[in-house]
Amino acid sequence: MANLVGARLERKEDKKFLTGKGRYTADINLPNQSYAYFVRSPHARAKITKVDHSKAMKAPGVIDVFTGDSVALDKIGGLICGWKIVSHDGKDMKCPPHPVLAKDSVNFVGDHVAVVVAETLEQAKNAAELVNVSYKVQKAVTKTEDATSFETIHEGIDNNLSFDFLLGDKGKTDEAFSKADKIVKLDIINNRLIPNAMEPRAAIGDYNTSSDELTLYTASQNPHLDRLIMSAFNAVHPEHKFRIVSPDVGGGFGSKINVYAEDVVVSYASKKIGRPVKWVAERSESFMSDNHGRDHVTHAQLALKNDGKIIGMKVDTIANLGAYSLVLAAVTPTYLYAPLILGIYDIPAACCTVKGVYTNTAPTDAYRGAGRPEATYVIERIVTKAAKEIGMDQAEFRKKNFITKFPHQQCLVHNIDSGDYNAHLDKALELADYKNFENRRSQSAKKGKLRGIGFSTYFEACGVAPSAVVMSIGAGVGLWESAEVRFNPTGNVSVFTGTHSHGQSHDTTFAQIVGDKLGVAIENIDIVHGDTDKGPFGMGTYGSRSLAVGGTAIVNACDKIIAKGKKVAAKMLEGKPEDIDFKAGEFILKNSNKKKTIGEIAFACYLPGTFGDVKSPLPEGVEPGLIETSFFDPSNFSFPSGSHICEVEVDEETGETKLVKYTVVDDFGTVINPMIVEGQVYGGVAQGVGQALYENAHYDESGQLTSASYMDYTMPRADNFPQITIDYTCTPATSNPIGAKGCGEAGTIAAPAAVMNAVIDAVGSDISMPATSEKVWNALKKNGSKKAAA
Amino acid sequence: MKSFNFKSATNSKDAAKLATGRATYLAGGMTLLPAMKLRLAAYSDLINIKKIKGLSGIKVSSKSIRIGSTTTHAEVAASKEVGKSIPSLSMLAEGIGDPQVRNRGTIGGSIANNDPAADYPSACLALNATIHTNKRKILSDKFFTGMFETELKKGELIETIEFEVPEKSAYAKFPNPASRYALVGVYVAKLKKEVRVAVTGAGSSVFRSKELESVLSKNFSASAIENVNITSKGLNSDIHASPEYRAHIIKVMARKAVSSC
Ligand SMILES: Cc1cc2nc3c(=O)[nH]c(=O)nc-3n(C[C@H](O)[C@H](O)[C@H](O)COP(=O)(O)OP(=O)(O)OC[C@H]3O[C@@H](n4cnc5c(N)ncnc54)[C@H](O)[C@@H]3O)c2cc1C
Repeated sequence: MANLVGARLERKEDKKFLTGKGRYTADINLPNQSYAYFVRSPHARAKITKVDHSKAMKAPGVIDVFTGDSVALDKIGGLICGWKIVSHDGKDMKCPPHPVLAKDSVNFVGDHVAVVVAETLEQAKNAAELVNVSYKVQKAVTKTEDATSFETIHEGIDNNLSFDFLLGDKGKTDEAFSKADKIVKLDIINNRLIPNAMEPRAAIGDYNTSSDELTLYTASQNPHLDRLIMSAFNAVHPEHKFRIVSPDVGGGFGSKINVYAEDVVVSYASKKIGRPVKWVAERSESFMSDNHGRDHVTHAQLALKNDGKIIGMKVDTIANLGAYSLVLAAVTPTYLYAPLILGIYDIPAACCTVKGVYTNTAPTDAYRGAGRPEATYVIERIVTKAAKEIGMDQAEFRKKNFITKFPHQQCLVHNIDSGDYNAHLDKALELADYKNFENRRSQSAKKGKLRGIGFSTYFEACGVAPSAVVMSIGAGVGLWESAEVRFNPTGNVSVFTGTHSHGQSHDTTFAQIVGDKLGVAIENIDIVHGDTDKGPFGMGTYGSRSLAVGGTAIVNACDKIIAKGKKVAAKMLEGKPEDIDFKAGEFILKNSNKKKTIGEIAFACYLPGTFGDVKSPLPEGVEPGLIETSFFDPSNFSFPSGSHICEVEVDEETGETKLVKYTVVDDFGTVINPMIVEGQVYGGVAQGVGQALYENAHYDESGQLTSASYMDYTMPRADNFPQITIDYTCTPATSNPIGAKGCGEAGTIAAPAAVMNAVIDAVGSDISMPATSEKVWNALKKNGSKKAAA
Repeated sequence: MKSFNFKSATNSKDAAKLATGRATYLAGGMTLLPAMKLRLAAYSDLINIKKIKGLSGIKVSSKSIRIGSTTTHAEVAASKEVGKSIPSLSMLAEGIGDPQVRNRGTIGGSIANNDPAADYPSACLALNATIHTNKRKILSDKFFTGMFETELKKGELIETIEFEVPEKSAYAKFPNPASRYALVGVYVAKLKKEVRVAVTGAGSSVFRSKELESVLSKNFSASAIENVNITSKGLNSDIHASPEYRAHIIKVMARKAVSSC
C-alpha cells in the first residue's frame, strides 16, 4: 500500500467523466425551477436612456423582469476588483462602477442589461426580445494602444488609465543601461484570448423562503471566495445563511474565478420570486462575457555586455483591462507579471512599468498562467533575439546568464528557493536532439519547408499566495489553504479541501498523499470539495496552488491525526505516546509486537468506553472523535521551471506553420502522479500553442467581437500536434513539506515563446501572435521568398 | 430555438404539399438546426425529407454519377463506385466537417444551402452537374445564384444531383483554421469537352475561374498555372484572410489539384 506518491495511478474520477456521469451545474434541475435569460448590449459603448420592459412582463410565462433600476433599488452591490494596486505616484487604482445589471451605460458588447425570468427558457428568450432598451450609441475604443488617447469612457478616469504601476529601481537600471555594450529592443503584442472552458458558465439560485437559506449552484473555481464576495460586497445574502455548491466543473482556466453578474442576479432573482432561477450560458455568451485573457502591448529592452552577459532590463507594458476591473484584473498584469520578466537569468537591475487601461471590450482577468505567460513571452523572446544579435548559440547564451546558486534573491521581488536550470536544459537538448537540428533543417528544405527551432526556458511563481510575501509588496490579503481530515467511525476517511478540482484530478492525487500518509487504501479515501456547507473556508484553485498549498494543509492535518492517534494507541497498548511508532497504517509500541491499526484507533475514538475490555481507550483530556483541521500559509511562492524546445515547419507557398517536434523537461519538484502531471503539461502546451498559432479574440473598429464563435475563433485541435516528449528533473520546493512546485499552468506559460521563437527562426523575421498563415506568408514575401510570391 | 411542427413526408409530392407558408425542408439539419437555435431562422413547420424513399442512394453509369439528395457525406465518402469513377468527389466528402456532420449532413442540403465556403458546390460546377428537382432540371452553371442563394423556388425539392464523370479531376482544400470549411477550395476537372475550374470559399458564392480554365484548356499541367494572374478583386475579406491572400491560395490550390490529377 505504501508509495502511492509517485505512482501512475489511474484517475478515480475517470469513471464518471468517461461514462457521461459527471454532474455539472446544468445537470441540476430543482422542483419549481424557473429560467433566466439575459438581455445583453449589442453595442460596445452607449448611454442607456430607457429600459422599457412592460411588453416583456406581459409575455407568456414571464414571472418577472429585473433591470439596473431593480438591483439599485434593492441595494445589490456591484462587481468588485478584489486585489487593488497602487500607482507609482502612490495613488489608488481607479475602478469604474460595475453594476450587475447596467443602469446608465453599457461598455462592451455582451454587457448585462436586464434579465427575464420565465417558466421556460423559450419563454424567457421570447420575452427578452420584447425588452426595449433605448441606447444612445457612442464611439468605442477597443485597441490597447489607443486607450489613453481616446476620450474618457468612465467618468473621472482620465485617459482611461486605471493605474500606472512601477516595479524595480529605475535609477539603477538606467545606470546599467549606460554601461551596456549593446541594447536589444523588442516590441511585442500579447494577443487577447478567450478561455473557452468546455463547460460554459452556469448558475442556479435557490432561495428557501422557509429557512431563509440561499443556495447558489455555480460553476466556480472557488465557491468560498464567491460566497464571501457576494455576501460582503454584493449584499446578496448573509454568509451564514448562504451556501454555494460548485459541483463538477468542466474546466476553468481562470474564467471561473470571478463572481459574475449572472451569479449575483440569479441569487437575487430567486430571493425576489421565491423560486429557483436557472441560467446556463450559451456558447456565444461565453465568448462575449467570460473574462478574456492577456492583451498586452509591450516594449522591452535588454542591456548586454559584449560577452553576452545581461546587465539590465526595462519593460514597458500597456495592459488592456477591458470595460471594467474584475477580481484579479489588476494583480494579473502587475504582481503576477512584472516580477516574472526576469525569467531564470541573473539580471542585476531591472524595472517594469505597466499601464492598466480601460477599453470597450470584455473585461480581462486571470487566464491559465495569469501574468506569467505574458512575462515569459517577453523574456524568452528578447533573450532569443539577443543571442541572435550577438551571434551566440541560443542554449549557450541562456546558460551564460542562468541563475546557478540557490536561494537566489532576484532584483525585483522573488527569492527563488531551489532549481537547477542547466539540468533541465541539458536534458531537453539531449531529448530534442539539438545537435542534429541543422540536418533536420536541410531535410525539411528538401521538401520545400522552412524549419525553425525555438526555446523557452521558463520559471514561474506558484502557490499563491504566501501572506507574508504578498503583503510586503502591497497586497491586502494572502491566500492560505485549509483542509479537514475526518476519520469516519468505520475507518474510511473524508478529506475536505478548500481547493476545487475542475480538471486537476485532486480526487486522485490528494488521495495518493493521504493514502501514503495514513496507510489507508485509496478507495477508502474521499476527497470532498466544492460545497461551502461541507468543509472549512478555503480559497479555491488557480495559480497552480492546490498541491503546494492545499496539499500541504492536508498533510499537516494528517500529522495531527497521527499525533492524536499515538496518544490513543499509547493508552490502548499500555505504553507512552513517545514510544509509539506510526508506519503504514499501524501504531506500534516500540520493542514489542503490540500494535493497533489506524482503523481500530479511529473506531475507538468514536466509541469511548465500549471498546473491547478497555473501558475507555481515550487518555485523560483527549476528546472523542478523529477529525483534524489545518490551515496552511506557505512561507514563500514555489518556483517551477523548465525547458521547452519546439520545432516547426513552415510551408513557403502558403505560410502554414506545422508543429513537428516538441520537447518538454520540467522541474515541478516532487511529482505525485506523473501521468496526471503529463496530462496537465499536454493540455497546457496545447493551450500555449493555441495562443501562438491560432487563437485570437478580435474586435472590429465598432467594438463588435468578430471572433464570437468556433466558426471564427480558432481552437487548437488534436491534429495540430505531434507527440510531445515530456520528462522531468527534480529539485524539491523548500516552501512546503511535500516539495511540490506546481504544474497546472507551466505548459501554457512556456509554449507561446517556444513556438514563436521557432516560427521566427524559420521565417527570418518578426511575426506577432497568432502566427496565422497569412501573416507568415506576408513576412515571407517581404523577405523575398519567390515561392510565397508566386 | 422557437418551437415548430415536425412533419415527415414519405414521397416528393407530399413533401411539396407540406412545404407551404413558413415551412421548410429538413434533411440532415446540420445547417438548419444551428441557424434556428441561434434564432437566425424560424419556421412554423419542418418537413423531414429523410423518410422519402428513393431520395437517397448512388447510381453510377460510365458517363455520370447520380446521387440522391438525402445521401449523407459519409455514404458518398464510403462509396466504392464513387471512389472508382470520381475519386476526387469521395475525397471531398471525406473532408467535410467531422464524423458527426458527415453522418447527418446531406449533399442536397449542402447544395440547397449554398454556403460560400461549402465544398460540394465546387464539385457541382467543376463536374458540370445537373440538379434534378421535383419540377425540373437545372444546370449547375445556373443553380448557384449568390451568397446562400440558389435558383430553387419556394417548395422546390432537390431529388438528385447528376455529375459528369471526368477524365481527370481533383479537389484541393485550404481549410479555414477555425471552422475547417474551405477558406479556399479549388476543384479542377478535365471533362470530355472542356476543362472546368471551380473555386469555393474565396468569393460571395462558388464561381468558375475563367483565367485558370483558359490556361488549363490549352495545357493541363501545374506549370501552366505559374504565370496566371488571379485577381483579388471581389474576393472575400475577413479576419482569416485578405482578398490578396485568397487570390494567392487559389493559385497554390489550383497547382496542387492539377498535380494530383
Ligand atoms: C461542425 C460543422 C462543420 C461543417 N463543415 C463543413 C465543411 O467543411 N464543408 C462543407 O461543405 N459543409 C460543412 N458543414 C455543413 C454540412 O455539410 C451540412 O450538412 C450541409 O451544409 C447541409 O446539409 P444538411 O443535410 O444538414 O441540410 P439541412 O441543415 O437539413 O438543410 C439546409 C438547408 O437546405 C434545405 N434543403 C435540405 N435538403 C433539401 C432538398 N433536398 N431540397 C431542397 N432544399 C433542401 C433546407 O430546407 C435548409 O434550408 C459543416 C456543418 C457543421 C455543423
